Amino acid sequence: MAYQSGYQKSIPAAADRAEPTQVRLRGRNVLALVLTPRFPASDWFADLDRQLRAAPAIFEGRPIVADLRAIDADAGPEAAAVVLEGLEERDLKLIGVEGVSASVLARGPWRRLATKLRGREAPLDSPARSATALLIERPVRSGQSIVFADGDVTVVGSVSSGAEVIAGGSIHVYGALRGRAIAGLTTGESARIFCRKLEAELVGVGQLYRTAEHWGAGLHGRAAQVQCDRGSLRVSPLD
Amino acid sequence: MSKVMVVTSGKGGVGKTTSTAALGAALAQRGQTVAVVDFDVGLRNLDLVMGAERRVVFDLVNVAQGDAKLAQALIRDKRLDTLSLLPASQTRDKDALTEEGVGRVIEELRARFDWILCDSPAGIEKGATLAMRFADLAVVVANAEVSSVRDSDRIIGLLDAKTRRAEQGERLDKRLLLTRNDQGRAARGDMMKVEDVLEILAIPLLGVICESPDVLTAANMGAPVTLHSPSSAPALAYADAARRLLGEDLPMTMLAPRQSLISRLFGRRAAA
Repeated sequence: MAYQSGYQKSIPAAADRAEPTQVRLRGRNVLALVLTPRFPASDWFADLDRQLRAAPAIFEGRPIVADLRAIDADAGPEAAAVVLEGLEERDLKLIGVEGVSASVLARGPWRRLATKLRGREAPLDSPARSATALLIERPVRSGQSIVFADGDVTVVGSVSSGAEVIAGGSIHVYGALRGRAIAGLTTGESARIFCRKLEAELVGVGQLYRTAEHWGAGLHGRAAQVQCDRGSLRVSPLD
Repeated sequence: MSKVMVVTSGKGGVGKTTSTAALGAALAQRGQTVAVVDFDVGLRNLDLVMGAERRVVFDLVNVAQGDAKLAQALIRDKRLDTLSLLPASQTRDKDALTEEGVGRVIEELRARFDWILCDSPAGIEKGATLAMRFADLAVVVANAEVSSVRDSDRIIGLLDAKTRRAEQGERLDKRLLLTRNDQGRAARGDMMKVEDVLEILAIPLLGVICESPDVLTAANMGAPVTLHSPSSAPALAYADAARRLLGEDLPMTMLAPRQSLISRLFGRRAAA
């Protein structure tokens, strides 16, 4: 290169720093879910699977502790290892284990599980009902994509051209709908789209969709609703 | 407290560099210390518009990578000593900049200047997101036409997502600067009206700069339009915009270049 500057930066090496620093340790109380598998394990797992399907939210991201006292007593350490594998397969976040012999823990992956689990019993709060409606109070800008499969979406503001709103339920836009709106991802054809000003590029409910050229200039700029009517998409004015 | 302001738009060619230079000069004329920084690495233009292209030795990339000190790279304007330019590199490209390096440069600039104006490149990629990363305030430049407005809307979405302030949960102050406006065409329906643009973009208006040949003349002369022709319509509009940035509450006026009788009779537009 034509000019090389002599400007050098020197970073002090870690060893030269004044005194060694300690890693900061903090304590925290967490609520873990304690699962107590029973013999026969296959029945217990069947019950567990049913519960996982019915209410996955309870287990979502929670630390799980496996209390294997019953299994170890009834079926021995081999069965305990099999049960632990079964729990891992179901993608449960195992963090600790108790009631199991040291030989099981010495083996492979179970070495990482914590065993110092003394704590108090704590009530499990009933899983908070997940919100069934998403409220957006800002305009949805071009390029933004709002996807909410768990229910309705309400936008207090406009949805810009080049933006999209995809909802499990209905879509309510208290403003101009200029981008794309697709409703009924989970509720299907009963969902609707409402807007104060229809200037959308594409609307869809369930499996049906239409682009703007379909409803033409007559509805453009008017308050409108989109719904499924006897197997086809109907766009009608609201005023 | 120094302010970092990004001048961005999404679409290219709408007037970011012109506006950065004009606003920078207008703020400096009102006594603020201003640094204008060109973030368009590889396609730099701010140095041309500022008339400093023959004095560039070190640039933003050099300072960010630690090869040069900020004082070596800053070019003081010959006409206004409170105005300085930090040019971009022309031989490198945007990948040469890192967030960490830019962050350090911005911090150093904050210590020396009241206002740091970042001239963003067009687009939504790394160059543009780096230019807006450390901003306290954004001026979104748009023309009253559909593709510019849509691109500016995209950029506004990014300003609400990719800036430090947005990540920390604060709302970034965003203002709209409408450039190359033509009231006549808007009235005839050939261009979008100012109200239509505001309705779509939903951010407060900083100013409206009307289309004018003075801007191109000033750029070719190597001076911000506010310095080159201070009594021209765009210069006055930029000066008003600068006053609004400083907190004054001025009414919005559409200052249009005066047309001669002949051009009004025959509808000719001056070559832009």
